[in-house]
Amino acid sequence: MNRRDFLKNTVKGVAGLGISAAAIEFINPKDLLANINSDNAKARWAFLVNTYKCVGCGFCVKACKQENEIPYDANVTRTWVERYVITKEGKRYADTPKGGRDGFITTKIEMGKDKFQEVKDEDIQKAFFVPKLCNQCENPPCVQVCPVGATYQAPDGVVLVDRTWCIGCGYCIMGCPYGVRFFHPKYHTAEKCNFCYHRISKGLKTACVQACPFGARQIGNIKDPNDPITKIILTERVGILKEEFGTKPQVFYIGLDREVK
Amino acid sequence: MVHGELWTIKDLFVYPNEYIYWSVQIVMYPFMTGLVAGAFVLSSLYHVFGIKELKDIARFALVFSFALLFIAPVPIILHLQHPFRGINNLMTPHFTSAIAAFGIVFSAYGAIVASELWFLYRRHFVSIAQPLKEKQDKTLAEWVRFIIFCSLTLGVYDVSEESLKKDEKAIKILAGLGIPVACFLHGYAGFIFGSVKANALWMTPLMPVIFIMSAIVSGIALCMLTYIVTMEIRKFLAKRKKASQFGHQTTEELQSAEINVIRMTAKYLLLFLVFAISLELLDLVFRGYTATKSWDVLRSVIYGKDFTSIFILQYTIGNLIPFILFLLPNLTIRRALLAVVLVMFGVFMMRWNVVVGGQAFSLSFAGYMHYHLPIIPHDWETLKEGFFGALAVFLAPFGLFWVITKIFPVFDVEKSH
Repeated sequence: MNRRDFLKNTVKGVAGLGISAAAIEFINPKDLLANINSDNAKARWAFLVNTYKCVGCGFCVKACKQENEIPYDANVTRTWVERYVITKEGKRYADTPKGGRDGFITTKIEMGKDKFQEVKDEDIQKAFFVPKLCNQCENPPCVQVCPVGATYQAPDGVVLVDRTWCIGCGYCIMGCPYGVRFFHPKYHTAEKCNFCYHRISKGLKTACVQACPFGARQIGNIKDPNDPITKIILTERVGILKEEFGTKPQVFYIGLDREVK
Repeated sequence: MVHGELWTIKDLFVYPNEYIYWSVQIVMYPFMTGLVAGAFVLSSLYHVFGIKELKDIARFALVFSFALLFIAPVPIILHLQHPFRGINNLMTPHFTSAIAAFGIVFSAYGAIVASELWFLYRRHFVSIAQPLKEKQDKTLAEWVRFIIFCSLTLGVYDVSEESLKKDEKAIKILAGLGIPVACFLHGYAGFIFGSVKANALWMTPLMPVIFIMSAIVSGIALCMLTYIVTMEIRKFLAKRKKASQFGHQTTEELQSAEINVIRMTAKYLLLFLVFAISLELLDLVFRGYTATKSWDVLRSVIYGKDFTSIFILQYTIGNLIPFILFLLPNLTIRRALLAVVLVMFGVFMMRWNVVVGGQAFSLSFAGYMHYHLPIIPHDWETLKEGFFGALAVFLAPFGLFWVITKIFPVFDVEKSH
């Protein structure tokens, strides 16, 4: 074989391989299915939290616990409210006693180990509440690390857990940068907020959204341009939590502060 | 009570769902897999690289690695909230997860060790099964023995020179193949931690390499420890009863053989110990130098709350002191024994500081969690995820090793390999 033939054949060979590889790529059943699914999914649920409106009453936490059968006194919760207090001296405090379930009825800040810190009203520079819940990430690390595929992302973006298949290894709990996951005290499987999937899939609002007396929590479908929540997310300045993890969270915040952990 | 709440004490601002979910059994898991991998690498140093000085300990290490292999998944299963669903990991492995590879890597590795052992002991099996096969009027005990060893030969009774040469070749290939698989088995245990982006302490690409190095260190140390202990027992027996009853060696012969093996193995232990410590310190220096967002909280954990367990227990008692003990001239058995126990303790503390240390601070970076190991069990959970559960996992391989040596004797076998 001379050089010319060699080069010719090489080009032919590479082109031939390329075409057949492209064919395999073209009929990749997984991608095909994913495409079909994403087209079919008419919704992509997103959450909007307006921290200016939150007063820390804890109604959302109460409603969530009851709606989703999380034992009321267990020290775990699918959603919670955090209180941030920054004093004039620059001291920063944050707490969430019982997840904020009973509201923030005292000016004492929980410091762990059964200790409390009293902050006088006149010393406060800035204080606010931040409700938290699962971010239903576009790129969820919890789904990535589940060894058995018991947690998965629904076509509408909500991350769900299969209680009948979860082995309870806790890897997803470790993998979530937001600390939203825990073991259900009764079922002993991974548990998390699922935007009240049983409600939103029937056209209802989530329990926390319905319970919030001030409209601090709202849920919407960002695939629907006419959805009022989508309009706010698209037109106003909103923030997300812990962007640096690359999880692409779908819970958007109005009035997020740099102090928010 | 919520899982984890019992042994977690929260300090300052911690998210409500955060607890120490990965407790002592998850410390035991990489510790035990490390021992498996390390013991195998030690045996391969002889089989693959032909380091003749390690000949005596190589066979020993391989059998011990096999005993450890069965115990390695036990801590994980004990840790699961649904232990009986552990099999799901093999039924529906979700390959984006590091843990999903466990079944495949682990079985591949188990198959390699088992086949290597078979080639190594084939001649031994035949030597027992053959006479029993020919013998008429077998007693019940002999029948049992015959059935066990006959099955172990897998029907191959050919022990000609030619076939034994082929065995040796197969052992070499399997041992060579086993090294990367053993490293992978343990490196991937490191990957389980290193790939958790949510955890500031764990997330580093160095994690798998650090795990492999410290695994080899701990595996060699455990083999040395068990080797010393069994040799001492043999010496004791040789002294008490007539030497002829227990092999052909006298106490003095055993003594000199023992110290030679230990001195040689100690050199390899030191080598890997240097690698392990260098990588760990590199990681620490790098974190301090780059000082990213998480450094404030990490620094307060590493130099503050966990100072004793990291710098005193792990680096000083577990690394520095044994390092000096090994380096001092004229290494004796007693000194070596103390040093290997300290080395194993050091590696255990390293696993502890990674697993528990990684959960010592909140994801909020504004709070801490303290772990209190349950010692006196008062229910099933505090038993299996407490001190006694961990102790049982640690002791089980020794018992299993004793059982396995009934089939794969590690001493006084014909010196064919």
